Amino acid sequence: MIGDVYFLERSKLQAVLDELAGAEYELIGPRVDQEAIVYDRIERVEDLPQGWTDEQSPGHYRLKRSEDEALFSYVIGPHSWKKYLFPPLVNVMSSRREADGWTMKDELIEPKRFALIGVRACELAAIAVQDRVFNSDAYVDPVYAKRRENLFIVAVNCTQAAATCFCTSMGTGPRCSSGFDLALTELPEGFVVEVGSSAGQELVRGLGLGQATELNLQVAESRRQIAVTQITRKLDTDGLRDKLLSRLEHPQWDNVAERCLSCANCTMVCPTCFCSSVDDVTDLTNDEVVRQRRWDSCFNFDFSHISGGPVRYQTRSRYRQWLTHKLATWIDQFGTSGCVGCGRCITWCPVGIDMTQEVAAICSDVERS
Amino acid sequence: MTTTQDEAQIVVNPWLARTAVIEAIRPEIEAVATFRLKFTDSLLAEQYRFRPGQFNMLYVPGCGESAISLSGSPTLNGHHLVHTIRFVGRVTEAISNLRVGDRVGVRGPFGSAWPIDCCKGRDVIIIAGGIGLAPLRPAIYSFMENRSDFGRIVLLYGARSPELLLYADELDSWRAGGIEVQLTVDQADDSWQGAVGVVPLILDRLAGLKPDQTEVMMCGPEVMMHYCAQSAMKRNIPKRSIGLSIERNMQCAVGLCGHCQLGSVFVCRQGPVFRYDAIESLLRVRDF
Repeated sequence: MIGDVYFLERSKLQAVLDELAGAEYELIGPRVDQEAIVYDRIERVEDLPQGWTDEQSPGHYRLKRSEDEALFSYVIGPHSWKKYLFPPLVNVMSSRREADGWTMKDELIEPKRFALIGVRACELAAIAVQDRVFNSDAYVDPVYAKRRENLFIVAVNCTQAAATCFCTSMGTGPRCSSGFDLALTELPEGFVVEVGSSAGQELVRGLGLGQATELNLQVAESRRQIAVTQITRKLDTDGLRDKLLSRLEHPQWDNVAERCLSCANCTMVCPTCFCSSVDDVTDLTNDEVVRQRRWDSCFNFDFSHISGGPVRYQTRSRYRQWLTHKLATWIDQFGTSGCVGCGRCITWCPVGIDMTQEVAAICSDVERS
Repeated sequence: MTTTQDEAQIVVNPWLARTAVIEAIRPEIEAVATFRLKFTDSLLAEQYRFRPGQFNMLYVPGCGESAISLSGSPTLNGHHLVHTIRFVGRVTEAISNLRVGDRVGVRGPFGSAWPIDCCKGRDVIIIAGGIGLAPLRPAIYSFMENRSDFGRIVLLYGARSPELLLYADELDSWRAGGIEVQLTVDQADDSWQGAVGVVPLILDRLAGLKPDQTEVMMCGPEVMMHYCAQSAMKRNIPKRSIGLSIERNMQCAVGLCGHCQLGSVFVCRQGPVFRYDAIESLLRVRDF
């Protein structure tokens, strides 16, 4: 049943992967690549980042050996799962020049079925945010909707946190509470497995797992508690929307604009940022044209271009757009904050701009109007 | 069986353009022309309808897409797909090189419309600057078609110079159709008999205005619309009776790509036509 808790011996994790692969899911999970933990295709437990952890602070990320041989003792890396649901590059339509002129056709293809292994609580929240952006309105993004429909999610509860984490402020973690098929908490000898869906239940039944013991549950809870106590970063969300929108001319926007490179890193690593553009890609004869949607960013100079030039022609206005959208106008648009507190924008900012500090600086002067 | 399942799963692809052929090109003022298009799919050509103020995405393969307002008649058959285009960017310059018989891609119509029905029994002031007259022309046609449904209708139209007045040869037929037309230019030439100066100045001086019974519709440079709104309010026209159409970068036109955001508004969906009181505070913030 949903909510049942089982114990999975570490030696049986491969069986979970095999079951999913057998059900024609493409497995995506964490692995070490170019000195970071990224999300990519995996097949075997050995592909997972066993014995690796990460060290994060503003503008800083390093992989380190962990003290144990755990598979999930890292926090999060530069990738987010959005690249599988909202692909960075996807063909949307094509044109071909024929005798009587152009013909145009649909290029959306049936996507693969993905099983995501190792989704953290903040990342489940990010998927829920993008569900609202792409999949819950009169205008549904068919690219996202198709991928989302066939998704299987194996979540993993955090048992440690990074210095950049602030999910507790955003109410998104560190405990996985919903939005998964299975949720694991890693113990030295195996995993406590929580069932979150009937598909998850079916998979567990096939493996013949036993119930978790009281001791298993206690150890799992104490390990999850470590993450809770390690999270010290805070973002005060009380009245945040109104505070930000009433401070659109605050001098701190100029201050941060002096440091911000407008490089768009924060939007690329953000698990909820959804902006895109569509470009034409032609063959050499210019007779075959494919339109490709790619990730774009409100930090790019020509993002807001209109006939008279870009609307947001200064870094100040672009940073202000990003932050006020993420934390304020997003709420008007989608009924939720656009921030899940994962801290990626802080870690991967090349100059270490910390949005929690920028918000504090903008909002501290409460008398200001 | 598989086919049925696939059909059930089909989701509309919002990026898919449909081909349309250029049936006529009419040069207007410098670097502006009006294109009449027809969908190659006869069913689509038959069924296509739009409301005054809405826009299409026009696509030139190999070049890209651009949001262009519809400027033809919403009711005259065969004249639904009419666009007056200023050749100012990559896509529109590519369109300027096309000829009758060439094909483009079209998606649409998108966006909100002028509140024509709210104008019934009321006076209307239509305010346009430069190319901003194009998205207002379908509204003008609608008013003329059912002229007796509306009160006094005034068009205040400004351009930089007399030769940049759009649709100049139509203005007399609009006058004959019951529209008062007042023109102004920033810079007159020797032949110019009309007003000289910016549009808000002629609104300031407009005689016989009945503020409680008047709807305002405007489209043009944001600075012009700002001062016209100030002028209208000074003359006691309520904010809720002022409508305006604004321009932002559009890529998807269905609220998914993020480009057109203005505060919490997606201009492609909630706009491009807004009530002034809905976006007044947003327009006041410089480069927001």
